[in-house]
Amino acid sequence: MIIIAERINGMFTNVKQAIADKDKKVIQELARKQTEAGATYLDVNVGTAAADQAGTMQWLVETIQETCATPLSLDSQKPDVIAAGLKVINAENGVILNSTPLNKKTDEEIFDKYMEMADQAGPKACIITLTMDKNGVPQDVDTRVAIAADIISKAMEKGFDSQRLFVDPIILPVKVPNAQVQPGNILSAMDQIRYLSEPAPHMTIGLSNLSQGATERSLINRVFLAMGISRGLDSAIVDVLDEKLMNVLATAEMLMNKQIYSDSFLKVYASMNE
Amino acid sequence: MPVPEIAESFTGSVNRVTLGATKDGGGTRTSIVTVGGARNMVYGGSPNDAGEKPVIAMDVLDARPDDWPDALLEPYKDVLDSPGDWAKKCVEEYGAELICLKFEAIHPDKGDKDATHAVKVTEEVLKAVGVPLVLWSCGFDEKDNQVMPKVSGAAKGENCLIGTVTEDNYKSLTAIALADGHFLITEAPLDINIAKQVNILASDMGFPLERIVTFQSTGALGYGIEYAYSIQERQRQAALTGDKMMAMPAICDVGYESWRAKEAKLADAPGWGDAADRGPMWEAATAVCLLQAGVDIIRMRHPRAVAAVKGFIDQVCQKNNS
Repeated sequence: MIIIAERINGMFTNVKQAIADKDKKVIQELARKQTEAGATYLDVNVGTAAADQAGTMQWLVETIQETCATPLSLDSQKPDVIAAGLKVINAENGVILNSTPLNKKTDEEIFDKYMEMADQAGPKACIITLTMDKNGVPQDVDTRVAIAADIISKAMEKGFDSQRLFVDPIILPVKVPNAQVQPGNILSAMDQIRYLSEPAPHMTIGLSNLSQGATERSLINRVFLAMGISRGLDSAIVDVLDEKLMNVLATAEMLMNKQIYSDSFLKVYASMNE
Repeated sequence: MPVPEIAESFTGSVNRVTLGATKDGGGTRTSIVTVGGARNMVYGGSPNDAGEKPVIAMDVLDARPDDWPDALLEPYKDVLDSPGDWAKKCVEEYGAELICLKFEAIHPDKGDKDATHAVKVTEEVLKAVGVPLVLWSCGFDEKDNQVMPKVSGAAKGENCLIGTVTEDNYKSLTAIALADGHFLITEAPLDINIAKQVNILASDMGFPLERIVTFQSTGALGYGIEYAYSIQERQRQAALTGDKMMAMPAICDVGYESWRAKEAKLADAPGWGDAADRGPMWEAATAVCLLQAGVDIIRMRHPRAVAAVKGFIDQVCQKNNS
Protein backbone atom coordinates (compact mmCIF):
# COMPACT_ATOMS: atom_id res chain seq x y z
CA MET A 1 0.00 0.00 0.00
CA ILE A 2 1.27 3.44 -0.89
CA ILE A 3 0.46 5.40 2.23
CA ILE A 4 0.28 9.17 2.05
CA ALA A 5 0.29 10.73 5.51
CA GLU A 6 -2.11 13.65 5.89
CA ARG A 7 -1.11 15.51 9.02
CA ILE A 8 1.10 18.27 7.59
CA ASN A 9 -1.86 20.34 6.50
CA GLY A 10 -2.59 23.96 7.33
CA MET A 11 -6.16 22.98 8.15
CA PHE A 12 -4.91 21.49 11.42
CA THR A 13 -4.61 24.05 14.18
CA ASN A 14 -1.12 23.12 15.31
CA VAL A 15 0.23 23.19 11.76
CA LYS A 16 -1.51 26.48 11.05
CA GLN A 17 0.07 27.94 14.16
CA ALA A 18 3.49 26.53 13.28
CA ILE A 19 3.26 28.12 9.84
CA ALA A 20 2.30 31.46 11.37
CA ASP A 21 5.17 31.28 13.88
CA LYS A 22 7.66 29.72 11.42
CA ASP A 23 8.12 27.04 14.06
CA LYS A 24 10.10 24.30 12.33
CA LYS A 25 10.03 21.86 15.23
CA VAL A 26 6.30 21.12 15.02
CA ILE A 27 6.57 20.33 11.31
CA GLN A 28 9.72 18.25 11.63
CA GLU A 29 8.25 16.30 14.52
CA LEU A 30 5.16 15.49 12.46
CA ALA A 31 7.39 14.38 9.58
CA ARG A 32 9.35 12.06 11.85
CA LYS A 33 6.32 10.59 13.63
CA GLN A 34 4.43 9.96 10.42
CA THR A 35 7.48 8.37 8.82
CA GLU A 36 7.93 6.05 11.77
CA ALA A 37 4.25 5.14 11.62
CA GLY A 38 4.67 3.85 8.09
CA ALA A 39 4.16 6.77 5.69
CA THR A 40 5.37 6.16 2.14
CA TYR A 41 4.82 9.84 1.33
CA LEU A 42 4.16 12.87 3.50
CA ASP A 43 1.40 15.07 2.21
CA VAL A 44 2.17 18.79 2.40
CA ASN A 45 -0.81 21.10 2.27
CA VAL A 46 -0.58 24.80 3.03
CA GLY A 47 -4.30 25.00 3.70
CA THR A 48 -5.66 28.39 4.56
CA ALA A 49 -2.84 29.17 6.95
CA ALA A 50 -1.07 31.83 4.95
CA ALA A 51 -1.73 34.41 2.30
CA ASP A 52 1.49 33.53 0.49
CA GLN A 53 0.71 29.94 -0.42
CA ALA A 54 3.69 29.44 -2.73
CA GLY A 55 6.15 30.80 -0.18
CA THR A 56 4.61 28.71 2.58
CA MET A 57 4.79 25.58 0.46
CA GLN A 58 8.50 26.24 -0.07
CA TRP A 59 9.07 26.82 3.62
CA LEU A 60 7.27 23.56 4.50
CA VAL A 61 9.19 21.54 1.93
CA GLU A 62 12.54 22.93 3.06
CA THR A 63 11.69 22.50 6.72
CA ILE A 64 10.68 18.86 6.29
CA GLN A 65 13.63 17.98 4.08
CA GLU A 66 16.12 19.40 6.57
CA THR A 67 15.49 16.40 8.82
CA CYS A 68 13.50 13.83 6.84
CA ALA A 69 14.09 11.95 3.58
CA THR A 70 10.57 10.56 3.15
CA PRO A 71 9.25 11.63 -0.26
CA LEU A 72 6.59 14.31 -0.28
CA SER A 73 3.16 14.73 -1.79
CA LEU A 74 2.70 18.38 -2.67
CA ASP A 75 -0.97 19.02 -2.10
CA SER A 76 -2.52 21.92 -3.94
CA GLN A 77 -5.03 22.52 -6.70
CA LYS A 78 -2.97 25.50 -7.82
CA PRO A 79 -0.20 24.74 -10.31
CA ASP A 80 1.89 27.69 -9.15
CA VAL A 81 1.90 26.45 -5.54
CA ILE A 82 3.03 23.00 -6.71
CA ALA A 83 5.65 24.62 -8.95
CA ALA A 84 6.96 26.63 -6.03
CA GLY A 85 7.35 23.47 -3.95
CA LEU A 86 9.07 21.68 -6.81
CA LYS A 87 11.62 24.47 -7.08
CA VAL A 88 13.10 23.68 -3.69
CA ILE A 89 12.37 19.99 -3.36
CA ASN A 90 14.75 17.04 -3.46
CA ALA A 91 12.65 14.64 -5.51
CA GLU A 92 15.30 11.95 -5.82
CA ASN A 93 13.14 9.46 -3.92
CA GLY A 94 10.00 10.58 -5.71
CA VAL A 95 7.29 13.15 -5.29
CA ILE A 96 3.53 13.21 -5.84
CA LEU A 97 1.77 16.16 -7.39
CA ASN A 98 -1.53 16.13 -5.52
CA SER A 99 -3.85 16.87 -7.27
CA THR A 100 -5.46 18.00 -10.48
CA PRO A 101 -8.86 17.44 -12.05
CA LEU A 102 -9.04 16.24 -15.65
CA ASN A 103 -9.84 19.80 -16.63
CA LYS A 104 -11.69 22.81 -15.34
CA LYS A 105 -13.60 25.73 -16.77
CA THR A 106 -10.89 28.24 -16.02
CA ASP A 107 -8.06 25.95 -17.12
CA GLU A 108 -8.72 23.29 -19.73
CA GLU A 109 -5.08 22.24 -19.74
CA ILE A 110 -4.47 21.87 -16.03
CA PHE A 111 -3.80 18.12 -16.15
CA ASP A 112 -1.25 18.71 -18.93
CA LYS A 113 0.49 21.27 -16.76
CA TYR A 114 0.76 18.77 -13.92
CA MET A 115 2.17 16.15 -16.27
CA GLU A 116 4.76 18.61 -17.54
CA MET A 117 5.74 19.57 -14.01
CA ALA A 118 5.98 15.89 -13.05
CA ASP A 119 8.21 15.12 -16.01
CA GLN A 120 10.50 17.97 -15.07
CA ALA A 121 10.59 16.84 -11.45
CA GLY A 122 12.12 13.50 -12.34
CA PRO A 123 11.41 9.96 -13.44
CA LYS A 124 9.76 8.98 -10.15
CA ALA A 125 7.39 11.92 -9.94
CA CYS A 126 3.72 10.89 -9.79
CA ILE A 127 0.40 12.67 -10.15
CA ILE A 128 -2.91 12.23 -8.38
CA THR A 129 -5.71 13.03 -10.80
CA LEU A 130 -9.24 13.45 -9.54
CA THR A 131 -12.22 12.02 -11.41
CA MET A 132 -13.53 15.54 -11.74
CA ASP A 133 -13.87 17.82 -14.72
CA LYS A 134 -15.21 21.21 -15.64
CA ASN A 135 -18.69 20.08 -14.62
CA GLY A 136 -17.52 19.42 -11.08
CA VAL A 137 -17.51 16.27 -8.99
CA PRO A 138 -19.67 13.56 -10.54
CA GLN A 139 -22.27 11.95 -8.33
CA ASP A 140 -22.80 8.74 -10.25
CA VAL A 141 -20.66 5.73 -11.06
CA ASP A 142 -20.60 6.02 -14.84
CA THR A 143 -19.36 9.59 -15.02
CA ARG A 144 -16.58 8.79 -12.56
CA VAL A 145 -15.47 5.87 -14.69
CA ALA A 146 -15.77 7.90 -17.91
CA ILE A 147 -13.56 10.65 -16.49
CA ALA A 148 -11.07 8.06 -15.21
CA ALA A 149 -10.93 6.61 -18.72
CA ASP A 150 -10.27 10.09 -20.14
CA ILE A 151 -7.53 10.64 -17.57
CA ILE A 152 -5.81 7.39 -18.47
CA SER A 153 -6.07 7.87 -22.22
CA LYS A 154 -4.81 11.44 -21.97
CA ALA A 155 -1.82 10.25 -19.95
CA MET A 156 -1.14 7.55 -22.54
CA GLU A 157 -1.35 10.10 -25.36
CA LYS A 158 1.29 12.18 -23.62
CA GLY A 159 3.45 9.13 -22.97
CA PHE A 160 3.01 9.51 -19.24
CA ASP A 161 3.68 6.13 -17.56
CA SER A 162 0.46 4.75 -16.06
CA GLN A 163 2.44 3.57 -13.04
CA ARG A 164 3.11 7.21 -12.19
CA LEU A 165 -0.58 8.04 -12.27
CA PHE A 166 -2.97 7.79 -9.32
CA VAL A 167 -6.70 8.06 -10.02
CA ASP A 168 -8.70 9.51 -7.12
CA PRO A 169 -12.45 8.84 -7.43
CA ILE A 170 -13.10 11.51 -4.76
CA ILE A 171 -14.70 10.44 -1.55
CA LEU A 172 -17.24 12.86 -0.09
CA PRO A 173 -18.37 13.17 3.52
CA VAL A 174 -20.97 10.55 4.34
CA LYS A 175 -22.68 12.97 6.72
CA VAL A 176 -24.13 15.18 4.04
CA PRO A 177 -27.76 15.02 2.98
CA ASN A 178 -28.26 12.40 0.27
CA ALA A 179 -24.55 11.55 0.17
CA GLN A 180 -24.83 8.14 1.72
CA VAL A 181 -25.01 6.51 -1.67
CA GLN A 182 -21.53 7.83 -2.53
CA PRO A 183 -19.27 5.33 -0.72
CA GLY A 184 -21.02 2.50 -2.55
CA ASN A 185 -20.73 4.39 -5.84
CA ILE A 186 -17.04 4.84 -5.32
CA LEU A 187 -16.53 1.15 -4.74
CA SER A 188 -18.47 0.35 -7.90
CA ALA A 189 -16.39 2.88 -9.81
CA MET A 190 -13.19 1.32 -8.50
CA ASP A 191 -14.36 -2.06 -9.75
CA GLN A 192 -14.33 -0.64 -13.27
CA ILE A 193 -11.42 1.76 -13.05
CA ARG A 194 -8.99 -0.99 -12.20
CA TYR A 195 -9.64 -2.61 -15.58
CA LEU A 196 -8.99 0.56 -17.56
CA SER A 197 -5.32 -0.18 -17.99
CA GLU A 198 -2.90 -3.06 -17.72
CA PRO A 199 -1.30 -2.98 -15.23
CA ALA A 200 -4.14 -1.32 -13.33
CA PRO A 201 -3.72 2.36 -12.52
CA HIS A 202 -2.96 3.23 -8.93
CA MET A 203 -6.07 4.30 -7.08
CA THR A 204 -6.04 6.56 -4.07
CA ILE A 205 -8.57 8.38 -1.89
CA GLY A 206 -8.49 11.12 0.69
CA LEU A 207 -9.92 8.79 3.28
CA SER A 208 -10.52 11.16 6.19
CA ASN A 209 -12.85 13.26 4.07
CA LEU A 210 -15.38 10.43 4.30
CA SER A 211 -15.95 10.88 8.01
CA GLN A 212 -15.81 14.68 8.04
CA GLY A 213 -18.20 15.93 10.72
CA ALA A 214 -19.34 12.46 11.71
CA THR A 215 -18.98 10.59 14.98
CA GLU A 216 -16.83 7.45 15.09
CA ARG A 217 -14.51 8.94 12.51
CA SER A 218 -11.73 6.39 12.90
CA LEU A 219 -14.16 3.48 12.67
CA ILE A 220 -15.80 4.82 9.53
CA ASN A 221 -12.43 5.48 7.96
CA ARG A 222 -10.97 2.09 8.64
CA VAL A 223 -14.01 0.09 7.59
CA PHE A 224 -14.13 1.91 4.28
CA LEU A 225 -10.40 1.50 3.84
CA ALA A 226 -10.78 -2.28 4.12
CA MET A 227 -13.67 -2.20 1.63
CA GLY A 228 -11.59 -0.13 -0.78
CA ILE A 229 -8.58 -2.40 -0.54
CA SER A 230 -10.83 -5.30 -1.48
CA ARG A 231 -11.68 -3.42 -4.71
CA GLY A 232 -8.13 -2.66 -5.74
CA LEU A 233 -7.41 0.51 -3.80
CA ASP A 234 -3.61 0.50 -3.47
CA SER A 235 -3.01 3.92 -1.96
CA ALA A 236 -4.75 6.32 0.41
CA ILE A 237 -4.20 9.64 2.08
CA VAL A 238 -4.72 8.74 5.72
CA ASP A 239 -3.95 9.55 9.31
CA VAL A 240 -0.98 7.21 9.77
CA LEU A 241 -0.91 8.08 13.45
CA ASP A 242 -4.24 6.24 13.85
CA GLU A 243 -2.88 2.88 14.94
CA LYS A 244 -6.18 1.04 14.61
CA LEU A 245 -6.48 2.27 11.06
CA MET A 246 -2.96 1.13 10.23
CA ASN A 247 -3.71 -2.30 11.69
CA VAL A 248 -6.79 -2.61 9.48
CA LEU A 249 -4.70 -1.58 6.51
CA ALA A 250 -2.07 -4.24 7.24
CA THR A 251 -4.72 -6.90 7.81
CA ALA A 252 -6.72 -6.07 4.69
CA GLU A 253 -3.58 -6.17 2.56
CA MET A 254 -2.62 -9.50 4.07
CA LEU A 255 -6.12 -10.91 3.46
CA MET A 256 -5.91 -9.76 -0.16
CA ASN A 257 -2.61 -11.66 -0.44
CA LYS A 258 -0.61 -8.49 -1.01
CA GLN A 259 1.66 -9.41 1.88
CA ILE A 260 2.81 -12.83 2.97
CA TYR A 261 1.25 -13.77 6.29
CA SER A 262 3.51 -14.13 9.31
CA ASP A 263 2.57 -14.25 12.97
CA SER A 264 4.06 -10.79 13.39
CA PHE A 265 2.30 -9.33 10.35
CA LEU A 266 0.94 -6.32 12.23
CA LYS A 267 4.19 -5.40 13.84
CA VAL A 268 6.18 -5.74 10.70
CA TYR A 269 3.93 -3.69 8.45
CA ALA A 270 5.17 -0.24 9.33
CA SER A 271 8.81 -1.20 9.04
CA MET A 272 8.20 -2.57 5.55
CA ASN A 273 7.17 0.81 4.27
CA GLU A 274 10.25 2.56 5.50
CA MET B 1 2.20 -13.34 -35.04
CA PRO B 2 4.26 -10.80 -33.13
CA VAL B 3 5.50 -11.74 -29.70
CA PRO B 4 3.91 -9.39 -27.17
CA GLU B 5 6.13 -7.35 -24.89
CA ILE B 6 5.57 -8.81 -21.44
CA ALA B 7 8.64 -7.61 -19.60
CA GLU B 8 7.67 -6.57 -16.12
CA SER B 9 9.57 -4.19 -13.96
CA PHE B 10 9.59 -4.39 -10.19
CA THR B 11 10.29 -1.96 -7.42
CA GLY B 12 12.17 -4.33 -5.13
CA SER B 13 15.18 -6.58 -5.46
CA VAL B 14 16.90 -9.48 -3.77
CA ASN B 15 19.53 -8.33 -1.28
CA ARG B 16 23.14 -8.63 -2.34
CA VAL B 17 25.25 -10.60 0.10
CA THR B 18 29.05 -10.88 0.02
CA LEU B 19 30.42 -13.83 1.94
CA GLY B 20 33.98 -14.21 3.14
CA ALA B 21 36.55 -11.74 4.41
CA THR B 22 39.98 -11.37 2.86
CA LYS B 23 42.96 -9.91 4.65
CA ASP B 24 41.72 -6.40 3.85
CA GLY B 25 38.37 -7.27 5.41
CA GLY B 26 39.91 -8.65 8.58
CA GLY B 27 39.78 -12.33 7.62
CA THR B 28 41.98 -14.91 5.96
CA ARG B 29 39.95 -15.83 2.88
CA THR B 30 41.62 -15.58 -0.51
CA SER B 31 38.34 -15.17 -2.36
CA ILE B 32 34.90 -13.79 -1.65
CA VAL B 33 31.52 -14.64 -3.13
CA THR B 34 28.64 -12.28 -3.87
CA VAL B 35 25.13 -13.57 -4.46
CA GLY B 36 21.68 -12.05 -4.85
CA GLY B 37 20.83 -8.73 -6.41
CA ALA B 38 18.13 -9.98 -8.80
CA ARG B 39 15.59 -7.39 -9.88
CA ASN B 40 13.30 -9.72 -11.79
CA MET B 41 12.13 -13.31 -11.93
CA VAL B 42 14.67 -15.83 -13.16
CA TYR B 43 15.20 -15.21 -16.90
CA GLY B 44 12.68 -12.35 -16.68
CA GLY B 45 13.44 -8.87 -17.97
CA SER B 46 16.85 -7.90 -19.19
CA PRO B 47 20.05 -9.79 -18.27
CA ASN B 48 21.01 -6.71 -16.28
CA ASP B 49 18.20 -7.53 -13.87
CA ALA B 50 19.44 -11.05 -13.22
CA GLY B 51 21.76 -10.12 -10.37
CA GLU B 52 24.74 -12.25 -9.45
CA LYS B 53 25.32 -15.73 -10.78
CA PRO B 54 24.17 -18.51 -8.47
CA VAL B 55 26.99 -20.44 -6.79
CA ILE B 56 27.58 -23.96 -5.60
CA ALA B 57 28.65 -24.73 -2.04
CA MET B 58 30.17 -28.20 -1.93
CA ASP B 59 29.45 -30.24 1.17
CA VAL B 60 32.23 -31.38 3.47
CA LEU B 61 31.27 -33.42 6.51
CA ASP B 62 33.02 -33.15 9.86
CA ALA B 63 33.50 -36.92 9.98
CA ARG B 64 33.47 -39.89 7.60
CA PRO B 65 29.85 -40.39 6.45
CA ASP B 66 28.47 -43.82 7.25
CA ASP B 67 25.42 -43.82 5.03
CA TRP B 68 26.64 -42.54 1.68
CA PRO B 69 26.21 -44.80 -1.33
CA ASP B 70 29.35 -46.03 -3.09
CA ALA B 71 28.78 -43.80 -6.10
CA LEU B 72 29.06 -40.77 -3.84
CA LEU B 73 31.91 -42.06 -1.69
CA GLU B 74 34.10 -42.95 -4.64
CA PRO B 75 35.37 -39.45 -5.60
CA TYR B 76 36.25 -38.66 -1.99
CA LYS B 77 37.59 -42.03 -0.85
CA ASP B 78 41.06 -40.71 0.00
CA VAL B 79 39.91 -37.68 1.99
CA LEU B 80 36.87 -38.83 3.94
CA ASP B 81 38.71 -38.81 7.25
CA SER B 82 40.23 -35.39 6.76
CA PRO B 83 37.77 -32.52 6.36
CA GLY B 84 40.66 -30.21 5.45
CA ASP B 85 41.85 -32.38 2.57
CA TRP B 86 38.26 -32.99 1.57
CA ALA B 87 37.58 -29.28 1.32
CA LYS B 88 40.83 -28.73 -0.56
CA LYS B 89 39.89 -31.38 -3.09
CA CYS B 90 36.48 -29.74 -3.62
CA VAL B 91 38.06 -26.35 -4.25
CA GLU B 92 41.14 -27.35 -6.23
CA GLU B 93 39.80 -30.25 -8.28
CA TYR B 94 36.10 -29.50 -8.53
CA GLY B 95 36.09 -25.74 -8.49
CA ALA B 96 33.91 -25.19 -5.40
CA GLU B 97 33.33 -21.47 -4.80
CA LEU B 98 32.10 -22.12 -1.28
CA ILE B 99 32.56 -24.98 1.15
CA CYS B 100 29.63 -25.99 3.29
CA LEU B 101 30.96 -27.62 6.42
CA LYS B 102 28.15 -29.78 7.77
CA PHE B 103 28.50 -30.77 11.41
CA GLU B 104 26.88 -34.16 11.12
CA ALA B 105 28.90 -35.97 13.77
CA ILE B 106 27.88 -33.67 16.60
CA HIS B 107 24.35 -35.11 16.44
CA PRO B 108 23.68 -37.35 19.45
CA ASP B 109 22.69 -40.22 17.14
CA LYS B 110 25.56 -39.77 14.71
CA GLY B 111 28.65 -39.64 16.90
CA ASP B 112 27.78 -37.09 19.55
CA LYS B 113 31.09 -35.30 19.07
CA ASP B 114 31.69 -32.24 21.19
CA ALA B 115 32.49 -28.59 20.54
CA THR B 116 36.25 -29.22 20.70
CA HIS B 117 35.89 -31.54 17.71
CA ALA B 118 33.77 -29.02 15.82
CA VAL B 119 36.18 -26.16 16.48
CA LYS B 120 39.14 -28.28 15.39
CA VAL B 121 37.43 -29.21 12.13
CA THR B 122 36.46 -25.59 11.50
CA GLU B 123 40.04 -24.43 11.98
CA GLU B 124 41.34 -27.22 9.81
CA VAL B 125 39.05 -26.34 6.92
CA LEU B 126 39.67 -22.60 7.28
CA LYS B 127 43.37 -23.33 7.00
CA ALA B 128 43.04 -25.76 4.10
CA VAL B 129 41.02 -23.57 1.74
CA GLY B 130 40.69 -19.89 0.93
CA VAL B 131 37.05 -19.84 -0.18
CA PRO B 132 34.32 -18.57 2.17
CA LEU B 133 32.64 -21.13 4.40
CA VAL B 134 29.09 -22.10 5.16
CA LEU B 135 28.84 -23.60 8.64
CA TRP B 136 25.81 -25.83 9.07
CA SER B 137 24.45 -27.26 12.32
CA CYS B 138 23.23 -30.84 12.85
CA GLY B 139 19.58 -29.97 13.50
CA PHE B 140 19.41 -31.26 17.08
CA ASP B 141 18.61 -28.03 18.90
CA GLU B 142 20.18 -28.71 22.27
CA LYS B 143 23.45 -29.92 20.79
CA ASP B 144 23.55 -27.16 18.21
CA ASN B 145 23.18 -24.56 20.94
CA GLN B 146 26.17 -26.03 22.74
CA VAL B 147 28.42 -26.42 19.73
CA MET B 148 27.59 -23.83 17.09
CA PRO B 149 28.44 -20.76 19.18
CA LYS B 150 31.94 -22.21 19.55
CA VAL B 151 32.14 -22.86 15.84
CA SER B 152 31.06 -19.30 15.21
CA GLY B 153 33.78 -18.02 17.50
CA ALA B 154 36.43 -20.16 15.82
CA ALA B 155 35.59 -18.51 12.49
CA LYS B 156 35.15 -15.00 13.84
CA GLY B 157 35.96 -12.29 11.33
CA GLU B 158 35.74 -14.65 8.33
CA ASN B 159 32.24 -13.49 7.28
CA CYS B 160 30.94 -17.01 7.15
CA LEU B 161 27.37 -18.01 6.46
CA ILE B 162 26.25 -19.81 9.59
CA GLY B 163 23.03 -21.62 10.45
CA THR B 164 20.50 -22.71 10.74
CA VAL B 165 18.10 -20.94 13.04
CA THR B 166 14.43 -21.90 13.21
CA GLU B 167 11.27 -20.39 14.64
CA ASP B 168 11.71 -22.50 17.78
CA ASN B 169 15.46 -22.19 18.15
CA TYR B 170 17.02 -18.96 16.99
CA LYS B 171 18.19 -16.93 19.94
CA SER B 172 21.62 -18.26 20.82
CA LEU B 173 22.98 -18.69 17.30
CA THR B 174 21.51 -15.38 16.10
CA ALA B 175 23.17 -13.54 18.97
CA ILE B 176 26.55 -15.16 18.49
CA ALA B 177 26.51 -14.83 14.69
CA LEU B 178 25.81 -11.13 15.15
CA ALA B 179 28.65 -10.77 17.63
CA ASP B 180 31.09 -12.65 15.41
CA GLY B 181 30.15 -10.77 12.25
CA HIS B 182 28.76 -13.73 10.31
CA PHE B 183 25.81 -14.06 7.96
CA LEU B 184 22.84 -16.08 9.19
CA ILE B 185 20.73 -18.83 7.63
CA THR B 186 17.07 -18.80 8.67
CA GLU B 187 15.30 -22.11 8.16
CA ALA B 188 11.63 -22.91 7.62
CA PRO B 189 9.92 -26.24 6.91
CA LEU B 190 8.61 -25.48 3.40
CA ASP B 191 6.27 -22.91 4.91
CA ILE B 192 6.43 -19.35 3.60
CA ASN B 193 4.62 -17.90 6.62
CA ILE B 194 7.09 -19.40 9.04
CA ALA B 195 9.97 -18.36 6.78
CA LYS B 196 8.87 -14.76 7.09
CA GLN B 197 8.36 -15.10 10.83
CA VAL B 198 11.88 -16.45 11.44
CA ASN B 199 13.31 -13.51 9.56
CA ILE B 200 11.26 -11.14 11.69
CA LEU B 201 12.39 -12.87 14.88
CA ALA B 202 16.05 -12.65 13.91
CA SER B 203 15.55 -9.03 12.88
CA ASP B 204 13.89 -8.28 16.24
CA MET B 205 17.10 -9.40 17.90
CA GLY B 206 18.93 -6.74 15.95
CA PHE B 207 20.27 -9.03 13.24
CA PRO B 208 20.44 -7.01 9.99
CA LEU B 209 18.09 -8.32 7.31
CA GLU B 210 20.82 -7.67 4.75
CA ARG B 211 22.96 -10.35 6.40
CA ILE B 212 20.38 -13.13 6.25
CA VAL B 213 20.11 -15.96 3.72
CA THR B 214 16.96 -18.08 3.78
CA PHE B 215 16.70 -21.85 3.71
CA GLN B 216 13.16 -22.91 2.89
CA SER B 217 14.03 -26.62 3.11
CA THR B 218 14.54 -28.59 -0.05
CA GLY B 219 12.73 -31.43 -1.73
CA ALA B 220 14.53 -33.48 -4.37
CA LEU B 221 13.24 -34.39 -7.78
CA GLY B 222 10.38 -36.80 -7.16
CA TYR B 223 10.33 -35.99 -3.47
CA GLY B 224 8.48 -32.74 -3.16
CA ILE B 225 10.56 -30.51 -5.42
CA GLU B 226 7.39 -28.76 -6.53
CA TYR B 227 6.81 -27.45 -3.00
CA ALA B 228 10.34 -26.10 -2.80
CA TYR B 229 10.03 -24.66 -6.29
CA SER B 230 6.83 -22.74 -5.64
CA ILE B 231 8.08 -21.41 -2.31
CA GLN B 232 11.29 -20.15 -3.89
CA GLU B 233 9.24 -18.51 -6.60
CA ARG B 234 6.95 -16.90 -4.04
CA GLN B 235 9.92 -15.64 -2.07
CA ARG B 236 11.38 -14.03 -5.19
CA GLN B 237 8.04 -12.40 -6.04
CA ALA B 238 7.76 -11.03 -2.52
CA ALA B 239 11.29 -9.63 -2.71
CA LEU B 240 10.57 -7.97 -6.05
CA THR B 241 7.39 -6.35 -4.79
CA GLY B 242 9.21 -4.80 -1.87
CA ASP B 243 8.72 -7.20 1.05
CA LYS B 244 11.89 -6.52 3.00
CA MET B 245 11.28 -9.48 5.27
CA MET B 246 11.51 -11.78 2.26
CA ALA B 247 14.21 -10.07 0.19
CA MET B 248 17.05 -12.38 1.15
CA PRO B 249 19.03 -14.61 -1.17
CA ALA B 250 18.13 -18.29 -0.84
CA ILE B 251 20.19 -21.39 -0.17
CA CYS B 252 19.01 -24.95 -0.79
CA ASP B 253 20.34 -28.36 0.14
CA VAL B 254 20.33 -30.34 -3.07
CA GLY B 255 23.16 -32.75 -2.25
CA TYR B 256 21.67 -34.33 0.83
CA GLU B 257 18.10 -34.42 -0.47
CA SER B 258 18.98 -35.86 -3.89
CA TRP B 259 21.08 -38.66 -2.49
CA ARG B 260 18.27 -39.72 -0.16
CA ALA B 261 16.18 -40.60 -3.20
CA LYS B 262 16.19 -44.29 -3.99
CA GLU B 263 16.56 -43.47 -7.66
CA ALA B 264 19.91 -41.88 -6.81
CA LYS B 265 21.33 -44.31 -4.31
CA LEU B 266 19.98 -47.76 -5.10
CA ALA B 267 22.82 -49.74 -6.66
CA ASP B 268 20.91 -52.85 -7.59
CA ALA B 269 18.26 -51.63 -10.02
CA PRO B 270 19.19 -52.90 -13.48
CA GLY B 271 16.22 -51.31 -15.21
CA TRP B 272 17.20 -47.81 -14.05
CA GLY B 273 20.59 -47.62 -15.69
CA ASP B 274 24.08 -47.44 -14.27
CA ALA B 275 24.12 -46.42 -10.59
CA ALA B 276 27.28 -44.41 -11.17
CA ASP B 277 25.38 -42.09 -13.52
CA ARG B 278 21.99 -42.09 -11.89
CA GLY B 279 22.93 -40.32 -8.66
CA PRO B 280 24.82 -37.42 -10.24
CA MET B 281 22.02 -37.00 -12.79
CA TRP B 282 19.40 -36.90 -10.06
CA GLU B 283 21.39 -34.33 -8.15
CA ALA B 284 22.07 -32.17 -11.20
CA ALA B 285 18.44 -32.28 -12.35
CA THR B 286 17.25 -31.22 -8.90
CA ALA B 287 19.73 -28.35 -8.80
CA VAL B 288 18.91 -27.05 -12.26
CA CYS B 289 15.21 -27.13 -11.51
CA LEU B 290 15.60 -25.12 -8.30
CA LEU B 291 17.92 -22.63 -10.02
CA GLN B 292 15.03 -21.76 -12.27
CA ALA B 293 12.84 -21.01 -9.27
CA GLY B 294 15.33 -18.45 -8.01
CA VAL B 295 17.91 -20.02 -5.70
CA ASP B 296 21.24 -18.29 -5.10
CA ILE B 297 23.39 -20.87 -3.31
CA ILE B 298 23.10 -24.61 -3.88
CA ARG B 299 24.65 -27.17 -1.57
CA MET B 300 25.87 -30.10 -3.66
CA ARG B 301 27.86 -33.29 -3.27
CA HIS B 302 28.87 -35.24 -6.37
CA PRO B 303 31.61 -33.65 -8.50
CA ARG B 304 29.99 -34.73 -11.75
CA ALA B 305 26.71 -33.15 -10.74
CA VAL B 306 28.62 -30.03 -9.73
CA ALA B 307 30.36 -29.90 -13.11
CA ALA B 308 27.06 -30.28 -14.95
CA VAL B 309 25.36 -27.56 -12.95
CA LYS B 310 28.31 -25.19 -13.25
CA GLY B 311 28.12 -25.70 -17.00
CA PHE B 312 24.44 -24.90 -16.93
CA ILE B 313 25.00 -21.74 -14.91
CA ASP B 314 27.75 -20.54 -17.22
CA GLN B 315 25.62 -21.08 -20.28
CA VAL B 316 22.44 -19.56 -19.00
CA CYS B 317 23.26 -16.89 -16.49
CA GLN B 318 24.93 -13.78 -17.77
CA LYS B 319 26.87 -11.79 -15.26
CA ASN B 320 25.40 -8.33 -14.95
CA ASN B 321 27.42 -5.18 -14.79
CA SER B 322 25.65 -3.28 -12.08
